[in-house]
Amino acid sequence: MKNLKIFFRFVRDSLDVATQGTRAYHVWMAVLTFLMLLAAFAYAVQIENGLIVTGMSDRISWGLYISNFTFLVGVAAAAVMLVLPTYVLKDVDFKQAVLVGEGLAVAALLMCLAFVVVDLGGPARAWHLIPGLGLFNWPSSMLAWDVIVLNGYLFLNITIPLYILIRHYQGKEPIDKVYIPGVFISVFWAVGIHMVTAFLYAGLPARPFWNSSLLGPRFLASAFAAGPALIILILIYIRKFSSFPIGETVVRKLALVATVAAQVNIIMLISELFKEFYAPTHHSQSAFYLFFGLEGHDSLVPWIWTAISLNLLATTMLTLHFVRNNFKTLALACALLFLGIWIEKGMGLIIPGFVPGPWGEIAEYTPSWVEIAVTIGIWAMGAFIFTALVKVALAIESGTLRYQPNKHTA
Amino acid sequence: MFLKKLFSKKSTPAPQQQTCKAESCSCTQQNGYEATMQKSMDRRTAFRQLTTGLLAGAGLLQTACSITADSESREKAQLKWEEFFKKNYRLMTDEEKQQTVDRLTRMYELRTGKHINMDTKGPVQSVLYGYAFNISKCRGYMDCVNACVQENNQDRDTQMQYIRIHEHKNGQINFEQAEDDFFHEVPATGHFYMGTQCYHCENPPCVDVCPVKATWKEEDGIVVVDYDWCIGCRYCMAACPYDGRRFNWKEPHVPEEEVNKDQHYLGNRLRKQGVMEKCTFCIQRTRKGKNPACVEACPTGARIFGNLLDPNSQIRWVLANKKVFRLKEDLGTEPKFWYFMD
Repeated sequence: MKNLKIFFRFVRDSLDVATQGTRAYHVWMAVLTFLMLLAAFAYAVQIENGLIVTGMSDRISWGLYISNFTFLVGVAAAAVMLVLPTYVLKDVDFKQAVLVGEGLAVAALLMCLAFVVVDLGGPARAWHLIPGLGLFNWPSSMLAWDVIVLNGYLFLNITIPLYILIRHYQGKEPIDKVYIPGVFISVFWAVGIHMVTAFLYAGLPARPFWNSSLLGPRFLASAFAAGPALIILILIYIRKFSSFPIGETVVRKLALVATVAAQVNIIMLISELFKEFYAPTHHSQSAFYLFFGLEGHDSLVPWIWTAISLNLLATTMLTLHFVRNNFKTLALACALLFLGIWIEKGMGLIIPGFVPGPWGEIAEYTPSWVEIAVTIGIWAMGAFIFTALVKVALAIESGTLRYQPNKHTA
Repeated sequence: MFLKKLFSKKSTPAPQQQTCKAESCSCTQQNGYEATMQKSMDRRTAFRQLTTGLLAGAGLLQTACSITADSESREKAQLKWEEFFKKNYRLMTDEEKQQTVDRLTRMYELRTGKHINMDTKGPVQSVLYGYAFNISKCRGYMDCVNACVQENNQDRDTQMQYIRIHEHKNGQINFEQAEDDFFHEVPATGHFYMGTQCYHCENPPCVDVCPVKATWKEEDGIVVVDYDWCIGCRYCMAACPYDGRRFNWKEPHVPEEEVNKDQHYLGNRLRKQGVMEKCTFCIQRTRKGKNPACVEACPTGARIFGNLLDPNSQIRWVLANKKVFRLKEDLGTEPKFWYFMD
């Protein structure tokens, strides 16, 4: 009973914190809300008319939605780069930042689920995916696996920080026995979500571009580059604009993680390029389409070369100590890296899988305004959720928000 | 107590108080309370009935206050609701199959005033369907494509077609060089033609990847889709190496006078927006012993269909006497669709 009371007070106080702030905070949240409303309108158009209002077709049947989904699974998985050192390796430097990582994971996962739902032809029938109520093709379907691992990871990333925050909210220390087992599971689970998402594509012999054993490891490498890059940007922002103490060392250590991951990612890219272009076969057609265009169809070519340039530039910058150690140039490198991987692992991975088609048809894909509006709206939703979560978490962690048993009783 | 009963999968039947010979006698019948409370029910049924109750309550309130709502629109809403919460086809009992067929035909009647026949005929014993395509005979007339569209009620607006005819230059079978979207007189000199469609693989990759078991291979080898169970994720489309699947990107439209009213639940019945569909070897015809529409329509006799388990069938004769081959055999999908030349 008492715990329930504390929980409700926690929710109420959290809502108070999340709904109050500076003018800049309100403007930010209002802009995000506006973008979400625009997306809701676009989605209503899509529901009414069907997926015909997107740029997708029988030839290219997944597009911007699934591209963003794939990328964001990586961002969600990257939380492990904060969770592992904090809870498992007991690195005190990371302690202040870990909740940021977990908040990011929650936001990214909700975005992933949203991107999958908006991609469905019959979202009203999505309950067929609920085990027990619907009919779940597990373990055969990798998509069924993905539903399980994403929701499981979401559960872990909500419950663990929630427990820690509620303890801190009461001025108590969390009990290791309660949450450390969950932490260990979540470390493996983080790798699991991204491997399963890679297997979703790699398990299709019909699409030689994806049917590669390197896809899983490459997903991990790019995730551990892009995810920490985003977290670094956020931490640098928090350091600059709030009084919340985030140590310099945590940023430096994360920068090292992003650097190594980005380097590994480049090595894997070279390995893929070698395989596709040294002795090209029929199966290299997709890569030709992506990098050089096929029969005059070359809409992805500028994108992929931009992505590769960004990746190379950012990786070089991160590799140089003096660039990495300066937070201004580090932030720039991280932004470039994030953008580069978003292109490469989003549209640069999904679309070429369908080109050429099973019988060699070459089609082009351009996202429609509906897809772009919905995509922006889902990103806005993620930013909205993340902002609110981090605002509350920081208020508790910095000690400004504490449980006061007698506060509202008067 | 109420919920526990409702959610228990198997509840014991009501004990009969007396035995009574007269069939019309009411003493053996359960009273209304017992009939409702003791009905065995799974979770989905329970969920549906609870929600139907809720919705009916709300709906009743609304229709009671509305002067425009008539019994027909109420019936429509009720049918739609029950359709929404029905099971996957493979889990339905024969009775449930009949109920959904009744609902679907009734809905069509309410919408258009016309009657359709919907079949649920299952696979015939010791039948496994196979298909052979004679490359020497096909001249690219496309009669098969048109017959298929008329037979199977595909969307006319987007011109959905299950069959693609590929025009190859003499001297090579190279699909990348072939044209499957040509508008000129056929047969074009120096070219030959090959048709592709769903191959009804023995190891269909599309079936493995479906997250909700909305598509499967029937005992007679036909790969089918439960159009009302499909959630439209299009994973099967990505998994098919033969371009055998089609998606309803919009609400499919067939002019009422063109609708083929001889339908099968797993075949050519009308589809809806946002679901997959595909060639079913004209399940509504073939399970009654007829040839698929494409075979019947082909003016050159290039298309051969039959029972692979029948040693006297034409398809078996082709497999035994012609040099046959299949496409993309390296993928291990084992298509039941062969090509051959005279």
